[in-house]
Amino acid sequence: MGFFDRFKVKKVEGVDDTMYLTLREERQITKENTKIIREFERQKNRKNVKEEEYLTQMKDPSNVVEFDNLHTYFFTEIGTVKAVNGVSFDIPQGKIVGVVGESGCGKSVTSLSLMQLVQAPQGQIVDGSIRYLDSSGKCYDIAKMPKDKMLEIRGKEISMIFQEPMTSLNPVFKIGEQMDEVVLLHVDGATPESAKARSIEMLNLVGIADVEKIYNNYPHELSGGMRQRVMIAMALACDPRLIIADEPTTALDVTIQAQILELLQNVKDKINGSIMLITHDLGVIAEMADLVVVMYAGRIIEKGTVHEIFKNPKHPYTIGLMKSKPSGDTQDDRLYSIKGQVPNPINMPDYCYFCNRCDHAMKICSEEYPELVEFSPTHMAACHLYYGKGLLEQKKGKE
Amino acid sequence: MAIEMMNQNSFNDNILEVHNLKKYYPLSKISLGKRAFVKAVDDVSFSIKKGTTMGLVGESGCGKTTVGRTILRLHDVTAGKVIFDGEDLATIPPRKLRKMRPQMQMIFQDPYSSLSPRLPIGEIIGEAVKEHKLVPKSQYRSYILKVMHDCGLQPQYFYRYPHEFSGGQRQRISIARAVALNPRFIICDEPLSALDVSIQAQIINLMKDLQEQYGYTYLFISHDLSVVEYLSDTIGVMYLGSMMEIGDKKKVFANPMHPYTKALLSAVPKSNPDEKMDRIILEGDIPSPVNPPSGCKFRTRCQYAMPVCAEKTPILKEYEDGHKTACHLYSQD
Repeated sequence: MGFFDRFKVKKVEGVDDTMYLTLREERQITKENTKIIREFERQKNRKNVKEEEYLTQMKDPSNVVEFDNLHTYFFTEIGTVKAVNGVSFDIPQGKIVGVVGESGCGKSVTSLSLMQLVQAPQGQIVDGSIRYLDSSGKCYDIAKMPKDKMLEIRGKEISMIFQEPMTSLNPVFKIGEQMDEVVLLHVDGATPESAKARSIEMLNLVGIADVEKIYNNYPHELSGGMRQRVMIAMALACDPRLIIADEPTTALDVTIQAQILELLQNVKDKINGSIMLITHDLGVIAEMADLVVVMYAGRIIEKGTVHEIFKNPKHPYTIGLMKSKPSGDTQDDRLYSIKGQVPNPINMPDYCYFCNRCDHAMKICSEEYPELVEFSPTHMAACHLYYGKGLLEQKKGKE
Repeated sequence: MAIEMMNQNSFNDNILEVHNLKKYYPLSKISLGKRAFVKAVDDVSFSIKKGTTMGLVGESGCGKTTVGRTILRLHDVTAGKVIFDGEDLATIPPRKLRKMRPQMQMIFQDPYSSLSPRLPIGEIIGEAVKEHKLVPKSQYRSYILKVMHDCGLQPQYFYRYPHEFSGGQRQRISIARAVALNPRFIICDEPLSALDVSIQAQIINLMKDLQEQYGYTYLFISHDLSVVEYLSDTIGVMYLGSMMEIGDKKKVFANPMHPYTKALLSAVPKSNPDEKMDRIILEGDIPSPVNPPSGCKFRTRCQYAMPVCAEKTPILKEYEDGHKTACHLYSQD
């Protein structure tokens, strides 16, 4: 027995130990990652980049944002996590786009990529583009934009409401100070007085009653619902063209959730902006969204209008999600549940990620990844059930 | 007294009866020469029949978790009675209480913090079994493996540690830990809120299967009304430490009486884009439990509030068979 052998973990029967790496393997991966990451960081940190480099054209000028084949990877010491793996969808002007999926499906990372807020250096946009049309009619590719230029867009034209209103406000500054800061940073020629006036106007807009008092309060003095209102007010301060709401109501009670959802609807109409609503709650999506994107393990598996998705879901995962939500109609029978769990994000297979949880899995499903099939100009799903070899195989099986 | 109670219990087969339960937490602040209290649970009464599920719903801070913990004597009772199996748990001596413990178990909300990271799964599930000497040593391992099998855990997980599991499986482990003691009554404190939708359905089915197989009684605490509607037989709606409405599930959902229940039910988003119903949007937040409004606690947010609501506290009264509510709208006097 060699000296190092005694440190080896004993193999336990039935335990899948492929996910365990030796120290040497880990070091090897880290070394390679550092090389890749350094290159990406160098690109982003360049100063005085010519604007032509990241100017592009929108496919459809009525969209605010177009995601085109976006890939965001995390280079970790145990392997590359493909958190977003080829995501394409559009956010039209004045619409609410809902992104649904389970935790770890890449919905938050998609939105963070748009804000250039992905946890760097290990998280990087590797491929694809995010086209953004700004108010002056210029179209930027956010994936290629240098960091300093992004400062002008983030928080001003695209703003974000986070999941946890408890942790996303700074506890040592008054609400008013935090709100004024946004205006002072982004509006040219703003004075402390004009910033305060703007903050108060925004707090009024989101339906806070005692504005002057709240303005001078600290975050801990407010309840969860109030804090979320403050977050929304802050996001609205610079008249953004797009608001990203990342699970805005998950931490709140149903009655408060109803208040906040109504507020978001009203606010969207007032500023004529778009909202990208990220949530795992299908009910919230049905209520709020115009367009729906369903994500699973870093890919879009189905997208369409809210009616198409809820009335006529095509992908087995979407159907399963709808069925597994208990409601008044399904009371006494057993609840449908999708078996198994979300796959390990490291070393994903090159075939359909859902096939080992799917009731309709066929031979082809474990051979290649399905393409997006079009059912209507807006409705698409990535499933072998509806095209090519899979359709043939399915017919044969029936006969 | 105990014998009398037992007779009464076997007569109406209630496994648990809670009478006027109160739990106050003293504050360090003293106002007007009196010590102030947070009235987390204020005069709550209900009973649960054997083999059924009672759902307890309400907003955060309404005291539903405190009710659960007080029933199990994880907190001491300020006043009131908790009668489980003919014994008053509120006043039972500690040694006797310890013997009762295996009969009633709890499943906690957060599967990430409720499992000891230093113990392997077999040990987590079996620790209390060993402590209470429920099975002989020779059968211990096979017993734990059977429990794990019941809860959908594979036998090779016996020596693994909690960090190797996903949220759904951790919750299965928590359930196995509760079930291993062969309890009769299980309190589930928001067991699903940390899980994804597809995993939630698996856990709901597991809980239902176990109930069918072993006849457990559940007290299911949750803020998710659709899950409560699916799982429970009776439902209690709490607001600021008091029970607002209690009754048969079908009756409460079909015909909610209390304005708070109505608002709560209408606030649940429906997964049908066509069905955009009229919401009753409640204004403002839940008031502070240190200084609750006089009379009816809900009156500050109620759209039907009348002068009498500020003067008199409404009493929980039966207006329909098995359907009680505490609201002045329905009382004649």
